[in-house]
Amino acid sequence: MLVAGIKSRPLYPGFAPDRHCREHVFAIDGEGAQAVLDLFAAHGAQLSGRMTIVFADAAAGKSEYAARLDQLPVDVVHRMPTLGTAMQRLRAVLKASRMGTRIYAAGSETLIGLTVQIAQELGMDPQSVMTEHRGTLARRVQCVHCKGFTDNARTNIIQCAHCHANLLVRDHYSRRLAAFQGVCVDAEAPGELPEIVEIFK
Amino acid sequence: MTHVEIPVRVARIEMVADRIKSVRLMRTDGLPLPAFSAGSHVLVHLRAGSRTIKNPYSLAGPLHDTSWYEIAVLKAENSRGGSRFVHEQLHEGAQITISPPVSLFSLDLRARKHLLIAGGIGITPIMSMAAQLSELGAPFELHYCTRTHASGAYLDALKEAYGSRLHHYESARARRIDIERLLPQQPLGTHLYICGPQAMIEDVMRQARDAGWPTQHLHAEHFAAPSGGHPFDVKLLKSGRTIHVKEDESILQSLEDAGLTPPYLCRGGACGQCETSVASCDGSILHFDHYLSDEEKQAGNKIMICVSRLKGSRITLDL
Repeated sequence: MLVAGIKSRPLYPGFAPDRHCREHVFAIDGEGAQAVLDLFAAHGAQLSGRMTIVFADAAAGKSEYAARLDQLPVDVVHRMPTLGTAMQRLRAVLKASRMGTRIYAAGSETLIGLTVQIAQELGMDPQSVMTEHRGTLARRVQCVHCKGFTDNARTNIIQCAHCHANLLVRDHYSRRLAAFQGVCVDAEAPGELPEIVEIFK
Repeated sequence: MTHVEIPVRVARIEMVADRIKSVRLMRTDGLPLPAFSAGSHVLVHLRAGSRTIKNPYSLAGPLHDTSWYEIAVLKAENSRGGSRFVHEQLHEGAQITISPPVSLFSLDLRARKHLLIAGGIGITPIMSMAAQLSELGAPFELHYCTRTHASGAYLDALKEAYGSRLHHYESARARRIDIERLLPQQPLGTHLYICGPQAMIEDVMRQARDAGWPTQHLHAEHFAAPSGGHPFDVKLLKSGRTIHVKEDESILQSLEDAGLTPPYLCRGGACGQCETSVASCDGSILHFDHYLSDEEKQAGNKIMICVSRLKGSRITLDL
């Protein structure tokens, strides 16, 4: 199956402190909060300047992370109820930022992908964004046929939320769209599907 | 690797500033010149006596007219022949050849803003960048540092074209660019491009890294002129031949004079095309390139034969 071994599959090398930057903006969701807590615990003394956290907090403040993030020596924590609103806030924060700002993204692949997409749209090189994957591997998938996006894909085969085609979820990734590509898997013999397995846990 | 040579005629030579001549080249075989992107350079092949000098020169323009190219040449104090030849011997009507344009210094058009910085003759590639950005309507600032007004090539034309987007600094009048102030003012998504004297490039690059600019946003045009040095011998591992490198010639030039055709592209230590493995040497390698990393230079098993030399008497190359 055409799922693995594709070069565009992003890699997430993990956070490292950038002691030269004068501003640090962290975009996180779910367990990505732990990556920020770990960075501050290990290298907090090396970070200086203005610090902003944009937290997509699906648990609405009830998770253990919300309170611990509030205790970090940061200037502001934007706690947003959904990934969508968090990304809107992130874009607004970055639009007003100047060079010398380092962008960090940690958490789901979807959050990382969307953060890199926003950074790129604002002229930043995607490689300059520090990324650390934590938590779910669920994917944001674009149907290559109808171009619609389907979120939270957990299985090798999904049904497109828009055109209902049965899609094979590939490793082929688009940084521009921040999505993996899904290709119709049963075009030759409609309804004949390979075994459906949960592989993006 | 084959090297295409384009036959051209020197259509016009003009003094455009103190010690700087612009040279306009037109193709002699009636074909259009290849279109090029901002920041590209060509190798100009000059026959000075028995030697052929191939020097890289950035294309100052024009971007869309394929009937001519313009380069600008500073008469260097310690010229190894190329710039002195252009200033003293090259005349209008002369027929020479050039390589097709190559770009090792290009705009990143994904940027939200472009910060262009030129020192002296470094204006040539920066000028074509400004022309392209202006045409695209992309935001940019052009900072141009010269010693005096008279040493600033194309200054009046740039002023007229770009108005307040041009910032000019004359060091003789104690006006200097304030990099430390300039860098933190730039909006997120700005890319920086610099061409000028080596010390200026290194200084600006260091300040930009210290100001937290990611390396992906820093672009510099580095052309090292192969400085002369002590003569030495090159032994070639595959053929067993030994070739002498004279004090005023590069390894690459000496190999070519001996009839060999090693790969090259920029001849200025920037592109990496002529990277050669070193089997052994009895001295230390003098690395003058900007391509190998510091670790690679220290390891001493690779050399860029267009600019680097040996401090010793014999080096054996895997050629």
